[in-house]
Amino acid sequence: MSTAPAEVDLPRSADKPVSDRPWVTIVWNDPVNLMSYVTYVFQHVFGYPKKKATKLMLDVHHKGKAVVAAGAREAMEHNVEVLHGYGLWATVRQDT
Amino acid sequence: MEPFRSVRGGGARAWLAAAEASLLRNLVGQIMTLVEPGASDPQTSAPETSDPSRPDDLAALEEMLYPPGAAQTPEDPVLARLLPDAYSDDPEAAGEFRKYTEPALRSAKYEVAKQVLDTLPEAGGRIQLSKDEALAWLKALNDVRLALGVRLGVTEEFEEDWAKLKPDDPQWTAYEVYAWLGAVQESLVQALA
Repeated sequence: MSTAPAEVDLPRSADKPVSDRPWVTIVWNDPVNLMSYVTYVFQHVFGYPKKKATKLMLDVHHKGKAVVAAGAREAMEHNVEVLHGYGLWATVRQDT
Repeated sequence: MEPFRSVRGGGARAWLAAAEASLLRNLVGQIMTLVEPGASDPQTSAPETSDPSRPDDLAALEEMLYPPGAAQTPEDPVLARLLPDAYSDDPEAAGEFRKYTEPALRSAKYEVAKQVLDTLPEAGGRIQLSKDEALAWLKALNDVRLALGVRLGVTEEFEEDWAKLKPDDPQWTAYEVYAWLGAVQESLVQALA
């Protein structure tokens, strides 16, 4: 299962040193959150256009999880805090 | 219920019957009790071992800011879903993150729930929300649905599972409430979209 949807551009990082690899925010599928709500949260929190937010929501729904943002560790941790406030099931990890 | 509709200026309005308002107040109040800052998970409030190398006053301050037990994933599955681990494959990082962020997350969830109670007439009737209040309602409704969803063990096949229950099944009413909450939240999302 891919965790890198086409909508989020991640640099190819497998051959980079660990310290240079970006961190990512992952959202996991759960049976409770409404599809419309998850899309709304992606638009509202990340400022993504509706089309991109919908694509990410569908990735979460069909693939079980999706990378919704990439960048510095602190920024990804902040994303997770915000998403937990919305009740989304979100985690941080370093890209592999 | 009259579902939420958008209003000029970005808010939303709806109408709830007295019984619906009462039910919602009860459910939202339960979430407040569950997430209330300082309320520890009764099953995991084991005391942490203190670090003897640190001065007592600093340890006491830290304990006040980050109560013991806060670094552990709650054992209650509802709390574990409302306050999830931020690292799925690194328990140490998850614990550190939880220690420093869980009190604020609990407060945030408590505050949005309180905003619902503050804007929901006790006897039901017209509900008129500003954009900020509507956002608080969205989050609080979602927390209630998460809690109920975990307790019921709902799956992606919610409709099918519900249809299999007989109306006299003790869980039938809970399924009905869960479906109703979903309809309320859906209408609010659409009103704000």
